[in-house]
Amino acid sequence: MRITAKQIPIIATLAVCLLLYGTAAIAFHDRGFFSVGVFVNFFIDNAMLGIASIGMTFVILSGGIDLSVGSVIGLTSIFIASAMDRYKLPPIVAIFVALLGGTVFGGGMGAVIRYFGLPPFLVTLAGMFFARGAGFLLHLESVPIDHPFYNALSEFHLALGGGIELTASALIFLATFIIAIYLAQYTRFGRNVYALGGNEQSAVLMGLPTGSVKMRVYALSGFCSALAGVVYTLGLSGNPSAAVGLELDAIAAVVIGGTLLTGGVGYVAGTLLGVLILGIIQTAITFQGSLSSWWTKIAIGVLLLIFILLQRFVQTRKLRTTAS
Amino acid sequence: MKAASDNALQRESKARRHSEAWHHLKWPLIALAVVLLFNFFFTPLFFHLEMKDGRIYGSLIDILNRAAPVMLLSLGMTIVIATGGVDLSVGAVMAIAGSIAALLITKSSYSFLSIVILTVCACAVAGTWNGVLVAYAQVQPIVATLILMVAGRGIAQLLTNGQIITFENPSFAFFGGGTFLALPFPITIVAVTFAILSTLVNRTAAGLFIEAVGDNEKASNYSGINTRLVKLAAYTLGGICAGLAGLIVASDIKAADANNAGLYLELDSILAVVVGGTALTGGRFFLLSSLAGALLIQTITTTILTRAIPVEFTLIVKAVVIIIVCLLQSEEFRKKALQLVRRKS
Amino acid sequence: MPQTVPSIEPPLLTLRGIEKSFPGVKALAGVDFTLNRREIHALMGENGAGKSTLIKVLTGVYRRDSGTMQLGGSEIDPRSPQDAQQAGISTVYQEVNLIPHLSVAENISLGRQPKRLGFLRWGEIAQRAEKAIARLDLKLDVRKPLSSCSIAVQQLIAIARALDTDARVLILDEPTSSLDTREVEQLFVLMRKLRDQGLGIVFVTHFLDQVYAVSDRITILRNGQRVGDYAAVDLSRIELISKMIGKDLSEVERESGGKAKPLSTAREILVQATGLKRKGAVENVDLTIRKGEVVGLAGLLGSGRTETARILFGIDKPDAGKIEIDGHKRELRSARQAIALGFGFSSEDRKTEGIIPNLSVRENIILVLQGQRGWLRLLSRKEQEELAAKYIAMLNIATSDAEKPIRFLSGGNQQKALLARWLASKPRLLILDEPTRGIDVGAKFEIQKLMRSLTNEGMSILFISSELEEVVRSSDRVVILRDRARIAELVGEEISQAAILSSIAGTNESSPE
Repeated sequence: MRITAKQIPIIATLAVCLLLYGTAAIAFHDRGFFSVGVFVNFFIDNAMLGIASIGMTFVILSGGIDLSVGSVIGLTSIFIASAMDRYKLPPIVAIFVALLGGTVFGGGMGAVIRYFGLPPFLVTLAGMFFARGAGFLLHLESVPIDHPFYNALSEFHLALGGGIELTASALIFLATFIIAIYLAQYTRFGRNVYALGGNEQSAVLMGLPTGSVKMRVYALSGFCSALAGVVYTLGLSGNPSAAVGLELDAIAAVVIGGTLLTGGVGYVAGTLLGVLILGIIQTAITFQGSLSSWWTKIAIGVLLLIFILLQRFVQTRKLRTTAS
Repeated sequence: MKAASDNALQRESKARRHSEAWHHLKWPLIALAVVLLFNFFFTPLFFHLEMKDGRIYGSLIDILNRAAPVMLLSLGMTIVIATGGVDLSVGAVMAIAGSIAALLITKSSYSFLSIVILTVCACAVAGTWNGVLVAYAQVQPIVATLILMVAGRGIAQLLTNGQIITFENPSFAFFGGGTFLALPFPITIVAVTFAILSTLVNRTAAGLFIEAVGDNEKASNYSGINTRLVKLAAYTLGGICAGLAGLIVASDIKAADANNAGLYLELDSILAVVVGGTALTGGRFFLLSSLAGALLIQTITTTILTRAIPVEFTLIVKAVVIIIVCLLQSEEFRKKALQLVRRKS
Repeated sequence: MPQTVPSIEPPLLTLRGIEKSFPGVKALAGVDFTLNRREIHALMGENGAGKSTLIKVLTGVYRRDSGTMQLGGSEIDPRSPQDAQQAGISTVYQEVNLIPHLSVAENISLGRQPKRLGFLRWGEIAQRAEKAIARLDLKLDVRKPLSSCSIAVQQLIAIARALDTDARVLILDEPTSSLDTREVEQLFVLMRKLRDQGLGIVFVTHFLDQVYAVSDRITILRNGQRVGDYAAVDLSRIELISKMIGKDLSEVERESGGKAKPLSTAREILVQATGLKRKGAVENVDLTIRKGEVVGLAGLLGSGRTETARILFGIDKPDAGKIEIDGHKRELRSARQAIALGFGFSSEDRKTEGIIPNLSVRENIILVLQGQRGWLRLLSRKEQEELAAKYIAMLNIATSDAEKPIRFLSGGNQQKALLARWLASKPRLLILDEPTRGIDVGAKFEIQKLMRSLTNEGMSILFISSELEEVVRSSDRVVILRDRARIAELVGEEISQAAILSSIAGTNESSPE
């Protein structure tokens, strides 16, 4: 099969992922880095980031950006915790309201972007401030969750045999991932997201419903953020200052996952790899012991730089091939 | 006769120029006045000033002092936004500045002045890096500066080895905490930076070039302006301003806190610029209005603090301010609002 | 003969009295248009004639202010491209409006993909695409991304998408502008085939040869009005051109030829360009500009006029050919470099390439001069105001004062301010691309007078205009372009509208038949 320009970033992602994983596996083989347990832990530890990144993938594919995801996670988690604590809401109801609220919040930002033509960057920036502030209004500090249903949910493990177990958060992450692939590859909505990000003007002239796609993309991201907030509460607390700055990690995961920041090109599976890469870096640095946590940030920055420059290269090459 | 009419023409043109700057200064000032008026009636001692040990104390001075870092950032951010860009990395650059300064203070015997100069130079390099990505690699500004926003804090932590480095250095402490002309020294830093930047944009052609590039890059390019260099310089200036702001914060808390120094201040400074009337699409910019915008944000924060409302409430206020200001700037919103008004009447 | 069919059948598409205004402009003033089944109908007109507005009204991008539209006997009122497509009107635009990163198959079916049980059926999508492109005698792997196809093939794929809905009317808006001769021929074969299948095709182009090669009928628009509707066989080229540019042929012939002007061959050569070539822009252009002369560059829209100017000004790089300035070979890499060599270029696209909209008239005027001086040597406020005042008076720029943002000025006054911008920099060669468009007659005359006095001071001018009369009146020499190549050059007394017209039309005699 011929490799096309748009596949270069995702191939690079895969290469980076394998390279990092292989290097870490060899370097820390004595401490059991190369084990199913450690691998499964990538999914458990990064479930929250992963779910938020999947929502972000759709937004970035459509040519937008969503800075509010971290704050929405914080708001959802504190909402669920305090709703159960203060108003004795049953957990299912609290979770349902939280997911609905996140979706409506995202859709609202999408509506402002759609109808008033404001830049997504600014609208979601306001959304970020707003959600964070609203979270603090609910409660200033972390609120513990103590409810039989929740305890059971957070204790839940799906045994895969061989002592390998998946937690509820990992399962939610994987389910979200599968549904996201369905949305992106097998629905008109998903394909319209690609078209919108590929060339908005063309999408309009092709008669695609670009306005409603735009709105729905932010609603989807809001839903994913709220779901990530639910995953946070599985740690049995809600915290208004949860996930500060997580939007940056999510954007990084999407870009490192090979999605073009200008939109139109990328895969949900790439984002999964991107999240894995971030997880591998973090775990490897923990395993290494003497390297400190800030190397994670520097490494992410360097990877971002490489992928953004790679994207520029792919785009200019594309221009040249179309011109000639 | 002719001279007289020429004079009249000149006077008129000067008046128009003033009115344009005033028009953009007006809104943040009115908002500021409203907040101050509220405090005048409802916050006891808000306007109280007293002289102690050769320094004036009071809420108003406190606001000016606390607003200094964001004011500095907003000066640089105004220039960057005027070229049609944005710089998300200024908060991280502040952290880098604090770390470098802390390192130089604790590990070297450089004088206070050389520490400041070295730190600011390092931050200028950081800004230039952004500029190279935006102007020469032609990466979108949000994306290009995101890299340093993420990696910058890591670099700052790397420099300080992840610790909060505290230091005692009387001359450096003066930078953020000293008294000059009976006022906190940061106010002087802001004033001097503002004076230098105003001179730069008014007494050289830099201001014209920046506005031209931000307003219509293609036409500027075809008019023989080195658009890339203009953009590069704007980001370098942004880096320098962030460096100064970082120094103030580090000096004020007598420590370099790579995790928290300047956290979210990039957003505050963007907000200040937007409130000050400089459009995010670039073009005409208003340094003084951005300062007023920064003051407004700090005044609201201080008001909320003194009224024992949780300080986090400021976040919601900021969100509402962003949306209102952006909607007012949005042509589509104005069109739709106009239609609505017409339909009603 | 296909032409005989329409007389029996009722027309496929009928537009009556279509009007459309934009703030300050009446783009369409009561235009009628009739398209038959089995007909390729060319829509012709110069810039601003209203072609693209008419197309956009037809495809639902704009809503008409008044007038009626009938398709197949029933009224239609498209409010969006989607509406128009459903009614049976499909459009292929000059810039291929597809999504480059997606596959060929997906581009054809996007928005109407077959589904089953909530899943898109990728296999069926590919099959349908294969069928659709087979209809166009095209064979390719439909799973390839669109961007891997040549522009010509992308154009065909856009047609395939347009036909995938049950289109009855196909609008091709300048489909050939980025195709080479062979590709154009392929497209024509396809167009004829589709016509014979019963489609009505609206063909917008500015290449005369192509109009005659493929069209059955021609409708000519000028200044938002319909000039007429003709069978292609009954309309000679020269008649077509004279109707497009609004010059009656007999009127042109009665005029005396060009006024006697001093032949300028003795003067020193400033710029000599030979064999300029750039894909999709110019094929083969030679151009000599001497010191102190006005060289007119004539030709229809799309003939390579603006493209030549852009190459001379360093904006676009030529693929081949060389440029000598003062006898030295130069490679122009940027506008900045061209300006340093003493060139100036006033673009025809005032809005995106000319004005700095929110800056004042004064700042717009001094911009190039200040750019030359660099950022440190700021012109003093007094100097700036004097310069602005000087040119406002000299060019009669109507503005309340020099501090008004230039976007508030009328188009003609913006144009004059841009002219002032270049005059202030005292260029040796000034390239003026349509400097008189949208300017009232008095101002046009002033600009012509100004050009004359500037050349008397030694400045050279390359003058591009669609107004033949102006080209004839102002130029010492006229270079004529057709289909992106230089085809003729007229000097001194040879210059006349009739001579230019016949060159553009490609006939040697100045009268038809």
